[in-house]
Parts: sequence; C-alpha cells; structure tokens
Amino acid sequence: MKRVWMLFLIAGCSTVDPKPETPTEYTFKAPEGFPATAYRFENTPITQAGFELGRSLFYDGKLSRDGSISCADCHQQEAAFSHFDHDVSHGIDDRLGTRNAPALFNLAWHSDFFWDGGVHDLDLQPPSAIMNANEMDESLDRILEKLRKDSKYPAMFRAAYGTEEVTTARFLKSLSQFMLLMISSNSKYDRYIRKEAGVTFTADEQEGLRVFNLKCATCHPAPLFTDLSFRNNGLKPTPNPDLGRALITLRDEDRLRFKVPSLRNITESPPYMHDGRFSSLERVLEHYNSGVQATENLDPLLSQNGRRGIVLSDAEKRALIAFMKTLKDDTFLSDKRFSHP
Amino acid sequence: MMVFFKHPYGFLLFQKYHSIIQLIIQKDLTMKLQYLLFACFLFAGSGCDLFESDGFNVDDKGTLKVVFDNVVGDKDLTLNSGSYVNAAGETFNVTTLKYFISNIKLTTEEGKVVVYPQESSYFLLDESDPTSLTLTLTDVPAGNYKSLTYMIGVDSLRNTMDVSKRTGNLDIAGKAKGMYWSWNSGYIFFKMEGASPQAKPAADGTTNYRYHIGQYGGGFGTPPVKTINNLKNSTLTFGTDMLKVRKNKTPQVEVKMDVLKVFTGQYTMKLAENPVIMVNPLGANVSANYIQAYALVSMKNNVP
Ligand code: HEC
Ligand code: HEC
Repeated sequence: MKRVWMLFLIAGCSTVDPKPETPTEYTFKAPEGFPATAYRFENTPITQAGFELGRSLFYDGKLSRDGSISCADCHQQEAAFSHFDHDVSHGIDDRLGTRNAPALFNLAWHSDFFWDGGVHDLDLQPPSAIMNANEMDESLDRILEKLRKDSKYPAMFRAAYGTEEVTTARFLKSLSQFMLLMISSNSKYDRYIRKEAGVTFTADEQEGLRVFNLKCATCHPAPLFTDLSFRNNGLKPTPNPDLGRALITLRDEDRLRFKVPSLRNITESPPYMHDGRFSSLERVLEHYNSGVQATENLDPLLSQNGRRGIVLSDAEKRALIAFMKTLKDDTFLSDKRFSHP
Repeated sequence: MMVFFKHPYGFLLFQKYHSIIQLIIQKDLTMKLQYLLFACFLFAGSGCDLFESDGFNVDDKGTLKVVFDNVVGDKDLTLNSGSYVNAAGETFNVTTLKYFISNIKLTTEEGKVVVYPQESSYFLLDESDPTSLTLTLTDVPAGNYKSLTYMIGVDSLRNTMDVSKRTGNLDIAGKAKGMYWSWNSGYIFFKMEGASPQAKPAADGTTNYRYHIGQYGGGFGTPPVKTINNLKNSTLTFGTDMLKVRKNKTPQVEVKMDVLKVFTGQYTMKLAENPVIMVNPLGANVSANYIQAYALVSMKNNVP
C-alpha cells in the first residue's frame, strides 16, 4: 500500500486527497516539528504484542463491573476517541458523569490528564475511569482477577511480557502502549505545512489560518493545538459550577480553569467544552465573540482593551471554521490499528 | 559500655574503640576492613569480652521491631464497638483506621543517620489486621541509636514513580486499594472513618465521618503548582538509653497513636461541622494534629 501511495504522489495527482492508509508501525515516532514528549518512554518499551493487548483491553467490557462499558464506549474512534454527541459522559447503569469525554490522541505530549489535570501519568489515568462509580464502577483487583481467569488474556500477557503474570503495571502499561501510538499528525493542515505535493488551502482556509494565528493560537498553538495549560475561557458558570483545576490545587486562582483542549479533529468531537455545553463550532465562536463572562480568573487574553472576548466578524467566523475543518485527520480516524480488534 | 571501665585500660580502650567506630562509619569498605582488623587485634590482645556483652561488631546486622498501638486516651482502641468522646464533646466510634509509615531512619549516638532501605520501608498499618501493626526491620546495622524517625504517608518521589515500581504495599490494585486517589493521583496517607451522632448528616441522612488525608506537595501543571503538603515526620528519641541493635538481640520499640489527638492538639476538629475531610485545606489541620498523636511508649533492649 505504502509504495503504491508514494507512486501516486510522485505521479503528481494534485487535487484528490490521498486515501487514508493505515500505518503498520508499532514503534513510537514523534512527528517532525512536534515538541518533546512528556511520557517516560524509558519505562515502557512499546511492542506490537503490548499494543494489541492494550487495544483488546480498551475495547473490552470486562473492565466494567457488569461487563457493559468499555473505554471505547466513551472514547469512539470515529469521534477522535471522544464520546460523540454526549455532553457529559454516560457510563454504567446509564449514570451520568459531570464532564465531557475528551478526544484522545497525542497523549504522549500531555503531562497532566483530565480537564482539571488531577493525574500526572498516562499509566495512572485508567484507574480513574475504572473506579469511578459513574463510569465503569469496577475495582482494579477484580479486573486483574477476571483477566487471569479469561480464556484469551493470559496468552496475550505472555506474548507481551514473557510470562502470563497479570500485574497492575502490565495491565496499565498495555493500555498506555495502545494510547501512546494514537498520534494525529496527518490532517490536511499538516500536509499543507509539510508542503506535500498537491495539498493547497482555499482562500477561506488561508484566511482562517491567519485569523487563528492572530486570535486563538496563544492558547491553542500548533502543532498540538493546545498549550496544555489551565485557563478560564469565560464560560457562563452553572448554578453549582465545576471548579475545575481548583478541585486539585485547592487554590482560589485556579477556580474555573480547565485544561485547554486540542483543536485537532475538532469537527469530529462535538459537543464542546468541559461540560459539552456547545453543540457546534458556530456556537463556540459566538461564545468567544459575544458570550465571554467576567468570571473570576478570566484569562487576561480574553479581556483586552476594555472589551471582553475576541471580536470575530461573520467572515472571520466562516474562515475559522473552514480552517478548523483542515485539522481533521482521516488517517488517524480510520487507522485500523486503533479500531475494534 | 561498662565493660570498658572494668578493664584496667578500660577508659583508654573506650576512647580508642569509640573513635575507631566513628572512623569505621565514615570510611569506605576497604578502610573499614583495615580498621576492623586493627580493632580485632587490639581486643584479642587485651582479652576483652566486649563482643559477648554490650559491644558489637560493626558489620553485624540485627533486627528491630517497632510495634504500633492505636489507643484512645488511656484506653485501647476497639474498632466498631468502642464508643469515645472527642475534644469537641462529640461521641464517635472508629470503623477504619489505616496509615502508611515509611522512610524510616535511625540516628546513631554520634549523629550519623542510617536510612532503612527505601524500597522496603513502606508499611501499611491497618487496625483491623493486628499483624500489620508490627514493623519488623531486618538487616539493620548493629549500633547504638539515639532516635528513630519515620514518615506518615508516602513521599513525593514514590507518589510520582513509575507504576512498575509501585509493588507490595504500594500496589494500587493490591494492598494499597482504598489508600489511593485515582482522580487526584496520589496515596492516602492516613484514613480514619467512623460514625458520630453529632456529625453533620450526609444527603442520605447518615452521620458518618471520613478523614482521608494525603497530598504530597504536587508541583504539576503548566506552570507548576505546589499543592498542600501533608507529609509529616515523627521522631522518637530514646534519651540516654540508646536503642541497641545487635546481631542476636532484637530491640523492641512501642509507639502509641492516640485517636483523640487526631481531633485536637493544634486544631480542634468538629464532626458537626466537617465530617468529611479529604482533598480539602482542612486536611492540613488534621495532619498537624495526628503528627502529635504518635508517641513513644517504651523501648526494650536485650529482647532475645
Ligand atoms: C463513562 C465514560 C468513560 C469511560 C468508560 C472511560 N472514559 Fe476516559 N474519560 C471520560 C471522561 C468524562 C473524561 C474526562 C474526565 C475529567 O476530566 O474529569 C475522560 C478522560 C480520559 C483521559 C484523559 C484525556 C486528557 O486529555 O486529559 C484518558 C487518557 C482516558 N479518559 C482514557 C480512558 C481509558 C483508557 C478508559 C478505559 C479504561 C476510559 N477512558 C474509560 C469518560 C470515560
Ligand atoms: C485564553 C485562552 C484561549 C483562547 C485565546 C482561545 N481558547 Fe479556545 N479554549 C480555551 C479553553 C480553556 C477551553 C476549554 C474551556 C472549558 O471547557 O472550560 C477552550 C475550548 C475551545 C474549544 C472546545 C474544544 C473541545 O474539545 O471541547 C474550541 C472549539 C475552541 N476553544 C476554539 C477556539 C478558537 C477558534 C479560538 C480563537 C477564536 C479560541 N478557542 C481561543 C482557551 C482559549
């Protein structure tokens, strides 16, 4: 496949998007131009067997108390591993969480996880979903027991780690191996920036990129489209507001701050914001244009020259949306390595 | 040390011996051996019976037991059925009491600090499991120790260490189950739960209290933020009576933890106001209290 595609490019077929093709690599390769990773790779060598074990676990309901919910129920590939069309997460027994399931990709660059940054190691992220009564409501020791007694897992652990022993670390690191390879770096934008043959931006997309760099890129900088910091972008507080970062740090200056989300694949992961309050990108832009509230700790970037928010004309909004569409990465969204095994 | 003084050259010998030991402690292994040979020669010549009585060979290793006893004032703690009254006058019982003891250090009479191997120093004490309340420290260098220091909780390094290093008492799917916050990643250092008729009722009307104290100072995020640090060290000093670790004798240290002091001391806690303290600024008040709840009861040398 790869060779065919190369020929296809060399042939210079200019306007058609190349058909996304699934990479066959199982080693971690940082895309060119990406910053240094945060994950401690030295402790977790990625192997195909470890990755496949993680993939199997990610799609397995055994990780929940009654077998009904897997990671993939809330993190769906076609929605860039977010929960499509669900404002707040929807877990076991139809119980609702309080936050929107974020899209998952480029996690190797994150040093803090969750909207509030309460977890600092990707390996230690799954226990939170597993133990959360509104999500999977299961305990880690019971999962490990289930896996030990399972017909397929002991052999998979042996393939990945040399012996059948099911340990906490092996279980968690398999999920990490799977998630670490979920890299999104092949959107139209990426190919445009890499000056790949035949990739051009329309006038709207170009204008969108210009406006984006001017008005959004401080908080959502390329190539990750997030600076991974915690900020308050002025959402209207709900009656009993989620305090975000302050729940972890217990500091007043962190109230209402949330981790800046990436805008890669953003068209595929509605609804938007930590509580999924906006159903469309149009509504997000209207928020920045006219909805920013003077709440405590509002980011200073959103309150400049005596005006709250970011002025956006209709033409700029249209251009921004055209630009955000170029961040859709079909290679990633249809990468068979990440699909249901 | 009496043996030195009974000997005709006792005092001289004592001084020599003393300084040799100091040297031995300071120098590397080869030096140690040289001095050891020298010391043997000295004592062999004088026919001194030092090794059989109070002395020790510097390369000897011994065992030390530290026994924790959770009490309520002058009573022993009885889980569930015991009914007690705290400083605020509230009646309470205790259904769960668990805490981590770690990072154990001994200080010799000369002031040298001997660190118990860190990987083996994470003990999880659980009142419902009496065997967990005795810490057996093995391979402790023989010596005379004037104090013992331990941490209540799990240090920040271990709290951020790779999951493959979190085994034994630190395995979050094993022994440390229930002593780890997954959403605000970190170990719970000290957990005390029970009920009190005076406790502010929860939404479902129950009047339980829950103190889950953790938090190790954080330092995460962009920019890094320091969070509350509830890590606390407690030091037991043995006065003129040194703790004597020897090859064939196991000294035993008994420590009590007074549950009443968890509720008072620096801050008087009221279950009627705050029955649930977890990731909460008030956790710092509880840890300031409980660090003073630990006290030396007795130290027995020469337990065979
Ligand atoms: C019931 C829905 C649900 C299930 C099941 C679920 N998650 Fe999540 N996931 C969420 C929500 C909601 C968040 C954000 C929570 C927060 O910020 O407090 C999240 C956050 C995450 C994050 C952090 C992403 C970031 O950018 O910080 C990762 C990684 C993740 N989940 C992986 C998993 C894995 C692995 C599993 C299976 C073990 C899983 N999730 C199961 C809903 C779910
Ligand atoms: C001051 C920093 C800042 C600026 C400037 C900013 N954003 Fe955001 N953005 C945030 C934060 C913080 C969030 C998450 C807020 C929350 O959920 O509470 C966010 C969320 C979003 C989301 C929702 C993402 C999701 O997955 O839910 C979109 C879309 C978005 N921003 C687009 C933009 C665009 C377009 C611009 C420029 C017009 C912009 N942002 C400017 C900080 C910023």
